[in-house]
Amino acid sequence: MWFFTHVWIIPALMALSFLLILFFGKKMPKKGAEIGIVFVGAAFVLALLTGGNWIAWSNDNPEGHGPAAEGAALANVDPSCSSVAAEAAAVGEGVEQVEGKTAASEPAGAEKGGHEEVATRPVVSCVNWFENGDQTISIGTLVDGQSVLLLIVVTLISLLVHVFSTDYVHGDRRYTHYFAFLSLFTASMLFFVLSENTLQMIVGWELVGVCSFALIGHWWEEKPNSDAALKAFLTNRVGDIGLLVGVIVLYFAAGKSFSILDLNILANEGGISHNLLLIGSLCLITAVMSKSGQFILHTWLPDAMAGPTPVSALIHAATMVVAGVYMVARLYPVFFEGLSISGSSVNALSMIGAITALFGAMLAFVQKDIKKVLAYSTVSQLGFMVTALGVGAWTAALFHLFTHAFFKACLFLGAGSLSHACHHSFNMVDDMGGLRKIMPKTFWTYLVATAALAGVFPLSGFWSKDEILAGTGSFPGTQGANGEYHVMLVMLLLAAFCTAAYMTRTIWYAFYGEYRGHGTPHESGPRITTPLIILASLGAIAGIVNLPAAFDFLPEGAQTRFEHYVEPVGLYFPAITHAGFNPALAVVSVLVGLAGIGLAYLYFFKDAFAGLHGLAERNKVAAFFKNILVNKYYFDWLYTTVIVGFVKGPLARAANWFSANVIDGLVNLVGKTAVGSGNWVYKNVDQKVVDGAVNGAGSSASGVGAMLRLTQTGRIQQYAALFFAAVAILAGVFVVVIG
Amino acid sequence: MLLNQFLLLSAILFTIGVYGVIVRKNGVLVLMSIELVLNAVNINLIVFSTYWGIAGQVFALFTIAIAAAEVGVGLAIVLLIYRNQRSVDIDELDEMKG
Amino acid sequence: MMNFLNDWGLVLTIFLPLAGALVMMAIPKQSEGAIKLVALGAPLAAAAMGILLMLNFDYGDSEHLQFMVNKNWIELINSNFILGLDGLSLPLLALTLFIVPLVVIYSWQHVPNPGNPKAFFTLMLILETAMIGSFLAQDLILFFVFFEVTLLPMYFLIGVWGGEQRRYASIKFFLYTLFGSAFMIVAFVALYFLAKAPTGIALEQLRALGGSYADMQAGDPLHSFGMQALTYSGAAGIAKTTAIVIFGGMFLGFGIKVPMFPFHTWLPDAHTQAPTQGSVILAAVLLKLGTYGFIRIAIPIIPVAARAWAPIIGILAVIGIIYGALGCLAQTDMKRLIAFSSVSHMGYTMLGISTLTAFGLNAAVFGMVAHGLITGLLFFVAGSVKERYHTLDIKRLGGLLISAPKMGWILGFATMASLGLPGLAGFWGEFPAILSAYDPAVGLNVVLFRTLMVLAAVGTVLAAGYLLWLYQRTAFGTPSEEFANDPNITDVNKFEWLAWSPILAGIVILGFFPGLIFNVAGPAVEVIARTVGG
Repeated sequence: MWFFTHVWIIPALMALSFLLILFFGKKMPKKGAEIGIVFVGAAFVLALLTGGNWIAWSNDNPEGHGPAAEGAALANVDPSCSSVAAEAAAVGEGVEQVEGKTAASEPAGAEKGGHEEVATRPVVSCVNWFENGDQTISIGTLVDGQSVLLLIVVTLISLLVHVFSTDYVHGDRRYTHYFAFLSLFTASMLFFVLSENTLQMIVGWELVGVCSFALIGHWWEEKPNSDAALKAFLTNRVGDIGLLVGVIVLYFAAGKSFSILDLNILANEGGISHNLLLIGSLCLITAVMSKSGQFILHTWLPDAMAGPTPVSALIHAATMVVAGVYMVARLYPVFFEGLSISGSSVNALSMIGAITALFGAMLAFVQKDIKKVLAYSTVSQLGFMVTALGVGAWTAALFHLFTHAFFKACLFLGAGSLSHACHHSFNMVDDMGGLRKIMPKTFWTYLVATAALAGVFPLSGFWSKDEILAGTGSFPGTQGANGEYHVMLVMLLLAAFCTAAYMTRTIWYAFYGEYRGHGTPHESGPRITTPLIILASLGAIAGIVNLPAAFDFLPEGAQTRFEHYVEPVGLYFPAITHAGFNPALAVVSVLVGLAGIGLAYLYFFKDAFAGLHGLAERNKVAAFFKNILVNKYYFDWLYTTVIVGFVKGPLARAANWFSANVIDGLVNLVGKTAVGSGNWVYKNVDQKVVDGAVNGAGSSASGVGAMLRLTQTGRIQQYAALFFAAVAILAGVFVVVIG
Repeated sequence: MLLNQFLLLSAILFTIGVYGVIVRKNGVLVLMSIELVLNAVNINLIVFSTYWGIAGQVFALFTIAIAAAEVGVGLAIVLLIYRNQRSVDIDELDEMKG
Repeated sequence: MMNFLNDWGLVLTIFLPLAGALVMMAIPKQSEGAIKLVALGAPLAAAAMGILLMLNFDYGDSEHLQFMVNKNWIELINSNFILGLDGLSLPLLALTLFIVPLVVIYSWQHVPNPGNPKAFFTLMLILETAMIGSFLAQDLILFFVFFEVTLLPMYFLIGVWGGEQRRYASIKFFLYTLFGSAFMIVAFVALYFLAKAPTGIALEQLRALGGSYADMQAGDPLHSFGMQALTYSGAAGIAKTTAIVIFGGMFLGFGIKVPMFPFHTWLPDAHTQAPTQGSVILAAVLLKLGTYGFIRIAIPIIPVAARAWAPIIGILAVIGIIYGALGCLAQTDMKRLIAFSSVSHMGYTMLGISTLTAFGLNAAVFGMVAHGLITGLLFFVAGSVKERYHTLDIKRLGGLLISAPKMGWILGFATMASLGLPGLAGFWGEFPAILSAYDPAVGLNVVLFRTLMVLAAVGTVLAAGYLLWLYQRTAFGTPSEEFANDPNITDVNKFEWLAWSPILAGIVILGFFPGLIFNVAGPAVEVIARTVGG
């Protein structure tokens, strides 16, 4: 319990670290890096301890079923944070309120492969933040499986990135500031993750955004970098409109409460009208689109690669960009009820996710820059997670978030290691190649992470991706899912296919053929390779934490651990159902991945060695690969053929074009129009009409004055004449009026 | 009673005075014209005093006294103006121009 | 102690700066050291007095006026010298007492051209007295006097120490504001004659509030300028149409000061031409007189009219938000851009006020303080940039982070605060104001206000746009050749640190502990919202 009520220490540690580095960093022997590492290390240890405690806490859960137990499970919620939860905790109340719902959730519990599902006991503690009018707004922490999971992921990746950075940005002109912002970012992200209410979420959400801004623009002397930073911030701000409006709508919907538990319980029990939930969820989806790089607001994410590579790994791959996914998961009842996820076959969230997954993957083909490939891959994988949430596969989304964090961070750091060796170039087509032998550690870790991303059995990506695919409920035999999302399944399979293929392509460019860059590349030092090895190992084995329930040959308690500890059960979470493991689907998904890899090879063979295929020819591929790169024609041919060959080729180009011209063009147009209309309004309305009226009043007054001045000749006689004239006229008037 | 005739005389005197004040260029003549205006008023006061009692005559005497003082001051000003400007032409005195 | 504070606390807080100004008159012009000492000492003494007051303030009872002073003043028109401090005045009093000493410290080294620190500081002290007086006065005439007295020192500060077009700017500022005040005083006088003692309330209560005469009966004209008395009588006896016209007069007076959308054009000129110190005080405190007037006077005294005017105020506020932001995008001068951003930011404050709810009014109070600190800081930085670069043309600037890294950081901090980053003060003025528009007071058009809410939310994007654009072009990149090796461009100096670091700290502290203002002003605005039926 102590760990749950004092979990605020973890973000506070990182905030303290930020301040210490900012004020004393430059005076330290290692320029502040050591402060960051010590603090993030401590945060990681605390996060692990919290995780261990959470598992013990969950295992220690008193048995019991039904509404009363679900209400009682909320007993650890501070009543001042969530009045609704407090009400439900008073058991009798709980029974009354949830009678209708629990009947439906019973079969779900029964299906969970033999594990007794008992209600999760979230721990919420808070203090009074401020009072506004009659509202009391609190600040606090909400600890349950989901937040504990992110605590561990964020601190772990952050720790590894810190270590990696000490070598990677060594000697940078703003080394200290870099570490300060890493600390601030980690603090903000943890603050966001632990949010007890939606207002706190906004705060964390924007703070991570500003850290991202600062770190993308780390080398702000060059204009493209600051442009990218601005683009990221502004695109996110566009999404934030949705966030602000959505949070406001839900605040009033939940009876003037920001509390996540209040909102979730009310949404879950039908205490909020469907329309309000729909509006709220659609607004929040806008925010997800910008933060998590979903189509059509994804354009900032590839540009964000202008920042230092470790930042891309930490912020723009593993943690910050999943904030959108996390938020949807956090407020899941709102989306589940608002979008009617259960029992339907299409909704906004899943559609956006699926489009992003597929289009993002296709865009990755036309990139020369290895980081951009990975960026589009991130976009695509985030699409997977969002689709998973959209189809009701909550656990699958979070599980994919978990595994993706490891292998994608590994890939980004690997790319950083490559560029470290190749004179800080990320152009894999022109400046890399043949690095397999020179950088074996980077190569192997990169390869493992790629295989994990491509979903090769039995690496972690396979398990999480398979769960998402099963979660669509479309494949024959995946009974028990929340709906039947056929379109999504097809799109995701295509995306998985593309993913396998483009990742193969990066491996070829970076590690095979001959070195095409300048100088002599070398393997990076241990501070770079150690994080790679750790991440690759985790990326390989992380799948075991959520083995399917169908694996009943395993000892009791080895399956679906992730689901068991992370997915909440209770009043504040919808009664989602879980698709069973389907061997046929698993085979299909592996085959799709392998086909992607295989076909990617074939395109390099086909011309010279017609008829040959298979994976064995790797070295010859490498030899031929060199020829292609020497010849520019081959290069073009490769692109056209790959694109045409993958059928979706024209679409990818169209998507790229659309992304670069239409959407970006629209953004630019809006910007230009805004500036233009600003200019126009300023010049014409502001300066002429409004100001003109003001000046007009002034000048008309002075004009009258000038006329009157003419009468002031200074001649006494003229004054006297005027005086008599006036008297005469007045006398006349007097006579006429009075007489 | 010859009220109308007296009033007519007074009006004529007043008009002549006003005419002189407005038209004459010479400062001394302007002062004299002002005397005419004042005397026109005096005539009115005295005439009306036959109807409303002694107050009118008292006012007339008062006006004469004031007029004497006024002429004294006025002539002094004109004299000073002459000393400064070597002229008593009122048209040249436009110092009050705004 | 309590007795002393009750009798003299507020009076001393108001008039200590003025006393300082009188002392300064006696100091010969040459002894600059003594002048500066007095110039700093008087506001600090006032601030110390203010701190004493705040320490002894009963925060549990912040909806009631405390430390009341009530003395006969102009008996002929039954106008009294009433002062009082409640939760609404307190944050603004604190803001004023906080900003003025910092401005003096900032001026320590550089009194702007053409010098003459004696006159400069004298005016500033008079200005402080007037500003504090406006926030504490509880009588309409007294308020009006203080309100108008602020004009004169500001007029001279702009007109004498300003930029090239200072004459035009100062006259425009003066006339514009005076134009509004003319309508305002007419509205006050109309209230004096038209407001009647309502039936069915205790007249003793009304008398105790300092607003009436001994033999007054229910239904008699109130003949009072006391804000409390007028509020208490609830504008009884004034027909609705008349009330709306009276509110219109106040709307002009306060709306120009804010400034609201169609009346804002004086602001950019005044700010651009004013010396840095003038800009800071103008942005930080003077603009708040307008919004404060709405909350303290216009709305509670004639709530009927406030409800009728609320949609108009809301619409103009949102137009101001969007329009001000567009205006910012068109600017090429840094100071002018910041000035236009004030139009946009004060729009949020006015939006909060227009909802007539406790939530919205509270957001407005927070917004005033936050805007005062943030925009004040922005103008400070702009002033220092101007001093070093001798230009504020955005096109010519650039690379501030290289030339003067610390100043670049502070500018970045201020822009982030200004665009409403959570965790800094600006957010708490903006977000609650937007939020309150979702649920305006009973009887207001909900659809209209929700539309306004969305538009205001769009404004936050524009705000980020122009502020980051400003920051990118001034701070990022490398310095242009003309400034690359300019020895005049130095980093933040000692006095600037002294003047700025309290503001930096204030912005962060308010960002993390918004309760410091919300909790204090909350009860006071709740009372006001109740009178309007919100």
